Amino acid sequence: MKLQPQSYLAEHTVRSWLLTHDHKRIGILYLLTIIVFFAIASVAAALMRIELVTPQGDLVTSETYNKLFTIHGVLMVWFFLIPSIPAVLGNFILPMMLGARDVAFPRLNLLSWYIFIAGGVLALWSLIHGGVDTGWTFYTPYSSTYSNSHVISMAAGVFVAGFSSIITGMNFMVTVHKMRAPGLRWFRLPLLVWSLYATSLIMVLATPVLAITLALMSVERVWGVGIFDPKIGGDPVLFQHLFWFYSHPAVYIMILPGMGVVSELITCFSRRRIFGYGYVAAASMAIAVLGFVVWGHHMFVAGQSVYSGMMFSILSYMVSIPSAIKVFNWTATLHKGSISFATPMLYALGFIGLFTIGGLTGLFLAALAVDVHVTDTYFVVAHFHYIMVGGMVMAFMGGLHYWWPKITGRMYPEFAGKLAAMITFIGFNLTFFPQFILGYLGMPRRYHAYPPEFQFFHILSTAGASILGVGYLLPFLYFLWSLKWGRVASGNPWEATGLEWQTPSPPPTHNFEKTPVVTREPYAYDAVTGKEEPQEGLMQQTSAV
Amino acid sequence: MSDEIISPRIYFKNFGALIVLLLLTIGAAYLDLGPLNFVLAMLISLTKTALIALFFMHIRWGGKMLHLAAGAGLLWLGILLALTLGDYISRGWLPVAQH
Ligand SMILES: [Cu+2]
Repeated sequence: MKLQPQSYLAEHTVRSWLLTHDHKRIGILYLLTIIVFFAIASVAAALMRIELVTPQGDLVTSETYNKLFTIHGVLMVWFFLIPSIPAVLGNFILPMMLGARDVAFPRLNLLSWYIFIAGGVLALWSLIHGGVDTGWTFYTPYSSTYSNSHVISMAAGVFVAGFSSIITGMNFMVTVHKMRAPGLRWFRLPLLVWSLYATSLIMVLATPVLAITLALMSVERVWGVGIFDPKIGGDPVLFQHLFWFYSHPAVYIMILPGMGVVSELITCFSRRRIFGYGYVAAASMAIAVLGFVVWGHHMFVAGQSVYSGMMFSILSYMVSIPSAIKVFNWTATLHKGSISFATPMLYALGFIGLFTIGGLTGLFLAALAVDVHVTDTYFVVAHFHYIMVGGMVMAFMGGLHYWWPKITGRMYPEFAGKLAAMITFIGFNLTFFPQFILGYLGMPRRYHAYPPEFQFFHILSTAGASILGVGYLLPFLYFLWSLKWGRVASGNPWEATGLEWQTPSPPPTHNFEKTPVVTREPYAYDAVTGKEEPQEGLMQQTSAV
Repeated sequence: MSDEIISPRIYFKNFGALIVLLLLTIGAAYLDLGPLNFVLAMLISLTKTALIALFFMHIRWGGKMLHLAAGAGLLWLGILLALTLGDYISRGWLPVAQH
């Protein structure tokens, strides 16, 4: 009998975790960290939803309410969504999908986690010392001049965390360029790799602009240098230009990796090759590039010139084309596939529906005239939650379930998984669909009190949020349960084609006993049987396991 | 990437050039050239940036991929500047906006 190489989870000391260079362990460190931030940000959201049950502001003061939505936004955006798929699943899966032993710069990878922690500590410090009331957007001149809250330390937290995302992005790009297994040509890459590559491009090119913008805002706040405050010669709209130059592409940092995960899930659970591989891959790159030229759609009523507004409106419409290509191609992939409704697939199908609603309502908002009516209303809130929660979080949960056996070596309980996916879908829609109606009727965002005629929809939304909460709590519990009592997973429980499945679960420290040689396209599911097509060179490795 | 060893002399020359440009910046601030002051200051600072990027950051000796990465950075900066200035320049075009 051949001795199995040690699993990456074999060592148990705290030291072995905190000083690890293993991309898989770093992915898990990120996972544990973002769960904490997700929990705090969720509590903030829950408090807001409870406040909004009654039209009067009776649970919290308006000032506390401002701090609640700020903490919710800052933590969810920068400390949960941005690192969720790239830093957790990407770190874990990307090198394995490439047939590599690790990312290109393993030490830098660990450093990025420590930088992330430093940013998170700054954010938590600001929270504990009284919070911030500017909203996650830090709009000037309020943030730079009038707010009495901990703006600088919070902005510093975001600034620092940004560097962890720059480092991760750079690391991924170099890894994709340099670490591909023999035979793994660019057009044989799984689509998650393409989307992570596109995401990395945005991380590297956009995040520095956010850093400098927050730095300029702090400079104005501390030294009174006139940059954004018109009273001292600045221009507040300039802040919005700079901020959204990062923050619109940041939406694609959140959604592109989700799209990549969905491509993996749809192909695996319908046993089909992806329809139009080249188009889906190119669409990721197109989104990454076009996503940079649409930011002005956040400023249609902010005093931006009408001509500029028209340009940004047209460009925003254009970015919907590659997104639509993806949706159509996933749908075409499902056509005549042998579809099974395992938990990850339920999340993926949920993603397609919710992302489509989120994307189409984005077109409403990109229309100049309609946007005047719905700017800063719950319509906007509903729209971006359909993208970020309905899209990104669904994809993240789908991916987490899909790779859970690879990560832990254990299966999650399938029935509970399906139940949680359904509960999440129902809870999500009940929470956010009423917000479209609320916003269209004129309910502005960021208010803790409102006219009584809006109460019905607010109650629906809060009821939905409590269901959604159950949908997130349930996986948390059964994932923990599965670590000890879950069925032991084989190397390839889904009979999927990716290289990450050609190694034991959990994988050995260096992923592959022997560097795999790739001789075929991704998603090589047989057109008739749906079975994985054999690949030479890999089979003897799997049979040796 | 660059395998050849770059002699320290280049760095010192570069440093000298940057100091000269710095003095030029200060000097130019004392001249009253009207709108040309801004143009001059920008030209000097662009020269400084180019020196730092090409020599200190080794882009001059880098391979094609490095040039592509640096070029992409410049292009993206161009996007930021062009579309932001597009707003500022076109604000007065609409008669209503002029009050
Ligand atoms: Cu946007």
